Amino acid sequence: MLRAVWKSRELQSVRNRTARIKPNDVLLFCTARNEQIRLPYFLNYYRDMGVDHFIFVDNASDDGTDIYLADQEDVSLWRTDGSYRAATYGVDWLNGLLRRYGHGHWTLVVDPDEFLVYPFCDTRPVRALTDWLDESGIRSFSAMLLDMYPKGPLNTQTYTAGCDPFESACWFDSGNYTLKKNPIYGNLWIQGGPRSRVFFADRPEQAPALNKIPLVKWNWRYTYVSSTHALLPRGLNQVYEDWGGEKASGVLMHAKFLDMFQQKATEELHRRQHFAGSAEYLAYADPETAQPDLWCEWSEKYKNWHQLDELGLMSKGNWT
Amino acid sequence: MLVHRDLHRAKQVARHWTAAGCPVVLHVDSNVSDASFDTFRNAFADDPLVRFCARHRCEWGTWGIVAASQSASELLLGEFPDVHHVYMASGSCLPLRPVQELIDYLAARPRTDFIESVTIADVPWTVGGLDIERFTLRFPFSWKRNRRLFDRYVRLQRRLRVRRRIPDGLVPHLGSQWWCLTRQTLSAILQDPLRPRYDRFFRRVWIPDESYYQTLARRYSSDIQSRSLTLSKFDHQGKPHVFYDDHLQLLRRSDCFVARKIWPRADRLYRTFLSDKAGKMKQAEPMPGRIDRVFAKAAERRTWGRAGLYMHSRMPRPGREHGVTAAPYSVFQGFADLFTDFEPWLAKVTGAQVHGHLYAPAGAEFAGRQRHFKGSLSADRAQRDYAPQSFLTNLIWNTRGERQCFQFGPADNQAVAGLMRRDQNAQISIISGAWAVPLFRSNRNFADLRREAARLQKIESLFIADLRAVESKAKVRIWTLAEFIESPMEHLQQITEEIGTRDKNRVKEAPTMSDLTGFAQFLQNLKNQGMQPYLMGDFAADAAPLNRAEPPRKPFLVR
Repeated sequence: MLRAVWKSRELQSVRNRTARIKPNDVLLFCTARNEQIRLPYFLNYYRDMGVDHFIFVDNASDDGTDIYLADQEDVSLWRTDGSYRAATYGVDWLNGLLRRYGHGHWTLVVDPDEFLVYPFCDTRPVRALTDWLDESGIRSFSAMLLDMYPKGPLNTQTYTAGCDPFESACWFDSGNYTLKKNPIYGNLWIQGGPRSRVFFADRPEQAPALNKIPLVKWNWRYTYVSSTHALLPRGLNQVYEDWGGEKASGVLMHAKFLDMFQQKATEELHRRQHFAGSAEYLAYADPETAQPDLWCEWSEKYKNWHQLDELGLMSKGNWT
Repeated sequence: MLVHRDLHRAKQVARHWTAAGCPVVLHVDSNVSDASFDTFRNAFADDPLVRFCARHRCEWGTWGIVAASQSASELLLGEFPDVHHVYMASGSCLPLRPVQELIDYLAARPRTDFIESVTIADVPWTVGGLDIERFTLRFPFSWKRNRRLFDRYVRLQRRLRVRRRIPDGLVPHLGSQWWCLTRQTLSAILQDPLRPRYDRFFRRVWIPDESYYQTLARRYSSDIQSRSLTLSKFDHQGKPHVFYDDHLQLLRRSDCFVARKIWPRADRLYRTFLSDKAGKMKQAEPMPGRIDRVFAKAAERRTWGRAGLYMHSRMPRPGREHGVTAAPYSVFQGFADLFTDFEPWLAKVTGAQVHGHLYAPAGAEFAGRQRHFKGSLSADRAQRDYAPQSFLTNLIWNTRGERQCFQFGPADNQAVAGLMRRDQNAQISIISGAWAVPLFRSNRNFADLRREAARLQKIESLFIADLRAVESKAKVRIWTLAEFIESPMEHLQQITEEIGTRDKNRVKEAPTMSDLTGFAQFLQNLKNQGMQPYLMGDFAADAAPLNRAEPPRKPFLVR
């Protein structure tokens, strides 16, 4: 938490519209770097879901991301040129803002390529979910990161701003995930999916973590530990039932694998700002997998949240 | 109508009742600010059928709710002498059928009290383990705000064996607080000369709103229908289920008069049901059963979960899985060693999905030797061996509805053995010692063969011992190789029947058995090299080879 306070000094306010936040508003927090092309669809997706206000940290974008965001009426924007890695992959910046603006609100912390799907999201706004969580005395809501990919090499279809990225990237791995409990923070550690299958075939232990807890009824005492994989205090990580039943949960659909991916991977590799010496990005930039086809004959095509619930990738729990 | 928040919805519903000619008395929680209350009250200034009663603090589980309903009832009965039934509702109740239908329904049953009222002994839904103790202990501390104090005080009273006396003539009953009573019954309760005594008693009862009227109605009513006209469902924590826009059809089909709780932002529900003049439902009895099923399923999902599923909100600790895997599957050890075409044969006979050695050292051998299988499971060795147990639970989960069979053997990764052992879905058939057949047919140096045979025998005997242990839950069948080849068809028949053969006829074709001529000698050779192959059972040794001119010496006999 001290890190968060310290690191939030790196943030410089560009557009602060937080005075417009009303007591029960649902807030979204996000760090972005050169994501201009993704943002129009991203913002609309979450607006439709019922998110009331967006709080962005722009990490030295040079593609107009900052200008675009500053223009949006429901966005408050901070900017930093600081190091993403030194800020624990952006989490310190967000922890600082969460502490200041998130207290008492339901807060959603996602990346610009992550799209939350929860039970009944096609018929109920996110307020229905958070009201229900409140009534049930639940403070945190889990959503597994689900990597979505197109069929064929990534560069065959060009993504245009404002479009649904899952129109082409509509495939996913439905049942090759492994779960472990992390004894330190009590969270689950989930790996698997297409990234493990293709990029980390021979060293699955290094595959990226897919467990996330993006939706939290924030309190100034809380803090994310590493990305949104784990929180403190530890009780917030108890998003799973270990006596046999199922708690309600969602999925974060991950639109990472679009045609911009290769370029992004190379760029990120040069910046060396990612986890474990950017091992993940090294794998992506590997010439052998330079034009990877993540699709296999057992890939599942995305239909709706019912399908994800049926496949056991998320659960309605006892919400009906 | 008891109201404590979302006053705009309460206003809509109250207007709906009065529009149909039903007088409404509103009780507004004293927690609501005076400003909001005044606005709320002024909104009804033009409505002669609306009254406001004295305000109480309604905290869940406390007397305040009963006090509120008493004040409201007294006012209603006093101000509107024509009223013959009084319906208890809340601000988040929504009438589902035209009010006139309810009026007609009640008019046809002028003497009937609709109040769920069940004796303590028969109530399955007490949460927190308090049943008769609701009446015999005292509860001065708030359960919501001072849970610890509440629990401690309960424990203390239990230890001291403190018992309150239930007033004579009262038999405690419980039930939903959303009742509909006749004027006669309700006024009898409110005007009872003993009421101060009863009130004093119920003031200290736990959740009196679920027992006060339910108990007292039994004293005065001549005709109790023990059910609520309000559809109200509770989850496993005792918290009411909430209805949303997408429940519209479900609510319509229920034929219930009133439902709660409605999510205050469920615009479509409010719009539809508050304007539904036409009476979309037939003149039917309320049928909450359909909705019951939906909620029962939800409760089961939350408390029991889907067997064999491991995911980010279901990670059962060992022993709490309610089924280690999702469905029955068959494991064959030694069959593919003995029969050259066992896989295709089994697939043909049973129609099941038959894999090779899923835990083979080089990688998983999926059916058809595909690189991936359902759920995009990878055949890659490293991927599988990273979490060998998840590999199996994933496979069985991914293929629900289709029987899976696979080969297993002592040469395979044994890390999954422990999971299969405690899984009652595992059906394991073993021909022990059959691993020796491929060794026998191979063209390797005998020293290697001997070492390998010793290794495999050790692993297999350990596996078998584990399966035979008391804690083992798997269905296990073990034959020695010698035993099995005596009548292979009989044993195969037994196994395929368990899986379910494609047609009900007996298995006609047999799989092709490896040629075992000379196998006994091979075993003898192993013995001669100092290794004792015992798992395959007794093979009558062929006559010892006559490669010497002189007659064999008389063997030693050990007695």
